[in-house]
Amino acid sequence: MTLLSIENLHATVADKPILKGLSLTIGAGEVHAIMGPNGAGKSTLGYVLGGRPGYEVTEGSVEFDGQDLLALEPFERAAAGLFLGFQYPVEIPGVSFVQFLRESLNSQRRSRDLAPLSGGEFLKLAREKAALLGLDMEMLKRPVNVGFSGGEKKRAEMVQMGILGPKLAVLDETDSGLDIDALRVVGDGINAVMRAPDKAVLLITHYQRLLDYVKPDFVHVLAGGRIVRTGGPELALELEAHGYEAVAA
Amino acid sequence: MSQALALPTRRDEAFRYADLASLAPLWPVKAEQIVLGAGEERAVAIAHTGDQPLARELVVELAAGAKFALHLLGAGTAYGRFSLTVTLGEGAEFTFGAAQLAASGQTLEVVTRVIHAAPDAISRQTVRSVAANKGVVNYLGKVLVEKGADGTDGSQSVRAMLLDRTATANAKPELEIHADDVKCAHGCAVGELDANALFYMAQRGLPPELAKQLMLQAFVAEAFVGAEDEEALLEAALKALGDML
Repeated sequence: MTLLSIENLHATVADKPILKGLSLTIGAGEVHAIMGPNGAGKSTLGYVLGGRPGYEVTEGSVEFDGQDLLALEPFERAAAGLFLGFQYPVEIPGVSFVQFLRESLNSQRRSRDLAPLSGGEFLKLAREKAALLGLDMEMLKRPVNVGFSGGEKKRAEMVQMGILGPKLAVLDETDSGLDIDALRVVGDGINAVMRAPDKAVLLITHYQRLLDYVKPDFVHVLAGGRIVRTGGPELALELEAHGYEAVAA
Repeated sequence: MSQALALPTRRDEAFRYADLASLAPLWPVKAEQIVLGAGEERAVAIAHTGDQPLARELVVELAAGAKFALHLLGAGTAYGRFSLTVTLGEGAEFTFGAAQLAASGQTLEVVTRVIHAAPDAISRQTVRSVAANKGVVNYLGKVLVEKGADGTDGSQSVRAMLLDRTATANAKPELEIHADDVKCAHGCAVGELDANALFYMAQRGLPPELAKQLMLQAFVAEAFVGAEDEEALLEAALKALGDML
């Protein structure tokens, strides 16, 4: 079953074309990795899927789980089951993770006609997912990402993913800023949360190393705003050995 | 004394941004005295969230070592004005926190004059204002450190959040210092809600109005930290925010 279908996507940022005819299909149960040089449009793809203001789609279509994704507001996309893991998670002073995530989850649940979780139910869920990702529950009582190290922010992103339980996770350089041990924990966490027949992952990364833990079914090379090559996991190793220029040429 | 009864004009500095038409029926404003004796402590919280226009003038005198905490919430009225004159004796302490939430057609203002008249007194002012649509929020605050008031520690933290480009915030923190050994800090910022944070919150599933409410709640809460009625003030502020958004 196809979960995400991107057709001929063109997008601009501040009137500058970044994505230039990108097509990509992701089926349920699959893990895809997009690799590519700096400036290829990797992060732009994530933001366009998430609906970030300022990222304008000029052509093409995106269908997500049977819906026209581009017609939805960012919060509706989240409720539809799209999770975007940020390369640079945002700090929100004065708002605790617990409050933020409970409101977020319950907003999503309301839109699916599910009863909101009580405070106790939510804390139980949060505790379970924090433990899975090796994040101290106490940190979730602090303001969102404020005072977190780079690695803690990335773990917190994964905890949020675990709590919100999306259908598709688009993870933008989730591996950057992680040491080797944290990389393993986060990799295991992604597998535990997202490796399921009805879910899928799109990993955006520069490096092979996260792919040692989260084994992709497909690897794509993004260059100049389009997918220029697609292969299996071996393509990532080839890129690592020979560089983008040789492989994407 | 007839002068005091005449309606001020915009040439009067303390009324420069006032809504004089709304002030007229409330004029003259009778000053309310609050006097704390040596070592006395008091905390007062005032939440004005009704739709009645309001202008109050408080004159506070703190004797040596007295501690006074005043917290205000202004919202929901066409015109709301709190004017304070606080005189601090030796080692006295004045803590002031105010939140103002102005929707369209509303002008809310706080005017403070804090006088450090003797050594070693402390004053802390925290003002958080939010204006939407064509709302107007004002803060005019002067800290005056008199000659001989060494060891003064005064601070003013003033921030305003504009939810629309049509909203207005006027802020004028002011220091006048006639003593040598003085620590006075003031910070003032007028801004908008962080667009990156709003997108981040939307991406987790929060509708924009709820995301804004969470951020503004945190912003406004800074004014009420340590207030005796902190929870009640926050609850009233939250309700006013909900009405506003």
